[in-house]
Amino acid sequence: MRRWLPFPLVAAALLAMWLLLNESVSPGAILLGGMASLGACLVLVALDPPKGRFRRLRVVLGLAVKVLAEIIRSNNAVARLILRPGERQRRSGFVLIPLDMRNPYGLAALACIVTATPGTVWVEYDSTRSTMLLHVLDLIDEAQWRQIIKDHYERPLMEVFE
Amino acid sequence: MTQAAELPAWAALLAALLLLLGAGLTLTGALGLLRLGTFYERVHAPTLGTTLGIGCVLLASMLFFSVLQTRPVLHEVLIAVFMVVTTPVTMMLLTRAALYRDRREGNDAVPPAPSAIGAARPEG
Repeated sequence: MRRWLPFPLVAAALLAMWLLLNESVSPGAILLGGMASLGACLVLVALDPPKGRFRRLRVVLGLAVKVLAEIIRSNNAVARLILRPGERQRRSGFVLIPLDMRNPYGLAALACIVTATPGTVWVEYDSTRSTMLLHVLDLIDEAQWRQIIKDHYERPLMEVFE
Repeated sequence: MTQAAELPAWAALLAALLLLLGAGLTLTGALGLLRLGTFYERVHAPTLGTTLGIGCVLLASMLFFSVLQTRPVLHEVLIAVFMVVTTPVTMMLLTRAALYRDRREGNDAVPPAPSAIGAARPEG
């Protein structure tokens, strides 16, 4: 199994992408897409990507819903900040957040989530100290942001990827 | 779009609303790029366009073509996926370049480099 299908999830994702691009689920499209994704996975073996796993689909779905709600909420908040700048005193600043997660895929997912929610930007990650630097547009309480990142995003991501 | 006239009213209305919302958010982001004060604040503004802004436009496109062609048109999902995956790369590149320059210039407003906290930097 491992020999012929070294990265089953990558293969499935590539096949799904192929079918979406072709806009068809005809046997021909599935066959050609299957062959293409299999070939791509065999090439990926040569690149030797870092090991990772992906499990607990229920946690992934819960996280996706939470992130979607957060995207809508923070879009609204940042749009308000831009359109009514003088409403109240606003401070932006950096927050240094210690992370327990070491898995590169989990960190990449966290970077995508943080960037996808307006108002927060992932600035840098220090792998020796395992800390990330976050820039927050509307910074009220630094400890609160550490809590949000750790509880809302890091813990479920560690469950999924580690 | 000559076929647009064949679209039922509810779909046309919903697609137009989504388009306006997405375009409005993207415009707000562009305004923020002008109005916000520092570089690190300005980098937040365009994310309005790359998240909910593009999301609304893609939803409008999916709705429009799905109703018009009476079959699910879903390949816009791929645009959203690639947008989410590639935006952090650009953002990190921009902010880290700005941070590097600020640290070099000894700007106190930015946090020091992690390696400089414990030990002295080798290059001084």
